[in-house]
Amino acid sequence: MNVVAKTETGRALGDAFAVARDRLPGKGKIADQRREAFEAYERSGLPHRRIEDWKYTDLRALMREVLPLAPAPDAAALARAAAAVKLRAIDGVRRLVLVDGAFAPDLSDLGSLEKGLGIRPLRDVLDASDGALSAQAFATDISNPMIALNGAMATDGVVIELADGTVLAQPLHIVHVASGTAPASMFTRSLLRLGRDTNVTLVESYLAGEGAKAYQAHDGLVVAIGDNARFDHVRLVEDSVDAFNISSATISLGAHAHLNTFGLTSGGHVSRYQLTVTCAGEGSKVETNGVNLINGTQHADTTLFMDHAVPHCASREIFRAVVDDRAHSVFQGRIIVRPDAQKTDAKMMTRALLLSDDAEADNKPELEIFADDVTCGHGATTGALDESLLFYMRARGLPEKEAQALLIQAFVGEAIESITSDALREVAIATAQRWLEARA
Amino acid sequence: MSLLEVKDLQVRVEEREILHGLSLTVNPGEVHAIMGPNGSGKSTLSHVIAGKPGYEVTGGQILFRGEDLLEMEPNERAAKGVFLAFQYPVEIPGVTTWNFLHAALNAQRKARGEDEISSPAFLKKVREVAKSLNIPQDMLKRGVNVGFSGGEKKRNEILQMALFEPAVCILDEMDSGLDIDALRIAADGVNALRSPERAMVVITHYQRLLNYIVPDFVHVMSKGRVVKSGGKELALELEESGYAQFEDAA
Repeated sequence: MNVVAKTETGRALGDAFAVARDRLPGKGKIADQRREAFEAYERSGLPHRRIEDWKYTDLRALMREVLPLAPAPDAAALARAAAAVKLRAIDGVRRLVLVDGAFAPDLSDLGSLEKGLGIRPLRDVLDASDGALSAQAFATDISNPMIALNGAMATDGVVIELADGTVLAQPLHIVHVASGTAPASMFTRSLLRLGRDTNVTLVESYLAGEGAKAYQAHDGLVVAIGDNARFDHVRLVEDSVDAFNISSATISLGAHAHLNTFGLTSGGHVSRYQLTVTCAGEGSKVETNGVNLINGTQHADTTLFMDHAVPHCASREIFRAVVDDRAHSVFQGRIIVRPDAQKTDAKMMTRALLLSDDAEADNKPELEIFADDVTCGHGATTGALDESLLFYMRARGLPEKEAQALLIQAFVGEAIESITSDALREVAIATAQRWLEARA
Repeated sequence: MSLLEVKDLQVRVEEREILHGLSLTVNPGEVHAIMGPNGSGKSTLSHVIAGKPGYEVTGGQILFRGEDLLEMEPNERAAKGVFLAFQYPVEIPGVTTWNFLHAALNAQRKARGEDEISSPAFLKKVREVAKSLNIPQDMLKRGVNVGFSGGEKKRNEILQMALFEPAVCILDEMDSGLDIDALRIAADGVNALRSPERAMVVITHYQRLLNYIVPDFVHVMSKGRVVKSGGKELALELEESGYAQFEDAA
């Protein structure tokens, strides 16, 4: 048996878990699950490039260590968080705010919940020993070290339940804010349990309060979409440029359910988003779209695992990366079509636009098909802006950066267009616009 | 002062000299035709005037209203009033024609220190121009030149010319790829823009275009130089005798 030498930081985190363990919410079975998850994490430690899945995102090199848990936010931290939330407020949504890994009721809209909608902080659910919900929130793949670590360490989050037939007109907005002034880790986990025939839109934003430094956001989202339900999801990562964001979403679809998810990453120093989607019910439909807009020395990784477990499901992935300076974009998309999943229709298209000679984009599409009557395909391109287009636009009076901005908008447009809600599409466009204006 | 003065221009592309001392003077209101065989350097001249990257000017100068044009970025030249109608207008998927024209017009106005034009005012203006050129409204909602026919692309170039109101228009092989009806529509559009203040330089391989856009001056280019200049009758003469006689002169 190999003896894995434990690094100093590994030991430090082990100690941190031992110290934190008794303060983490959830007793009995959940506490056992946390310990198992932590042990699973400890066996591998921070993933590195020799692990195939982490080849392009070597957290040992990029992140070096997992920081200790952030302290619960004090009044000053909450005030800084409130200011950050206000700056990126979205009209017409129900806001749910997590500050430094703790649910912040005073910054959240919990009044007059629609009929059929339940919202509780994860900590309350765990403390109330609600076995079924807790188990569902923590039923994630502990063979993935960072998802395992999230399960071990999660301090809080939001648990949202939608009773059968509930249609929410108002989107929910989970805002993750880092507000501590000392570098620290936040571990959050949220669960959405969406009943049959439900319809809901969730926006997630990652923000930094003023003065937040080199923090690490670790989030795990678990979504169970019931039969014939529809879930729209928009995720905007605008962390500070020295921050780390290592998050996952694990989403399952019932029969004839529909998922439309869109992610835009423009912030963060190093980010990795692990999205696992399972078509568990026949006739379900998945649209997964994403955009990276990165520059400087940013590193942004989206790793998708699309699991077609049953027949007659369709999935579409459109991913666009715009990479400037010395930034590094990674897209890994694995589609698995299991033996029973006949009549699967799965397509994935990734394109990267490199704006500088030192920019890097890695695309790794993988198809594993075990059924014989399926339509599957993928394509990937990487290139620079077309000089002949730029010249044409400049010859019409547009300065170079403006011409580039129009071409970049067009490049990411196809992915952004996939957002169903007009208002949220505008929010995503405005977020992309902020990035373009910052580089002009 | 002349509007556009090209003086003894020498241009290289990748170590090969394409223009060997070309001179041309264009005054307001004049229409100049530049004719010549393939490879004589006609398109190179238009590209260098507009500022296309990839050309190295090794000698001579280009003055626009006395200012050194070669020192300016392509967008600065456009804002000053230089317009190049492309031989092959590019397609820009995902950027609507409306949006592109509005952004370009405002960029030019901004560069000149003028107020930006509002969306409604722009819309009104572009609609009028489009109507006069027989350009359907739905074309303006599509990506720039995306799915346009050859004739539509050329009309879109003329639409831009009308919209930007440049002082000098360089038309690079406007007739290429156009059938006779499309050519007539395009030429009518150009003729409508002739004015005592505006000059045009019409680059063409064939005399045919000059039946529709009648020039004041005709210059024959061969091997990177102007080898003969004259009035509009020179074009007809060329139609008779071809370019061969000038190949030796160059």
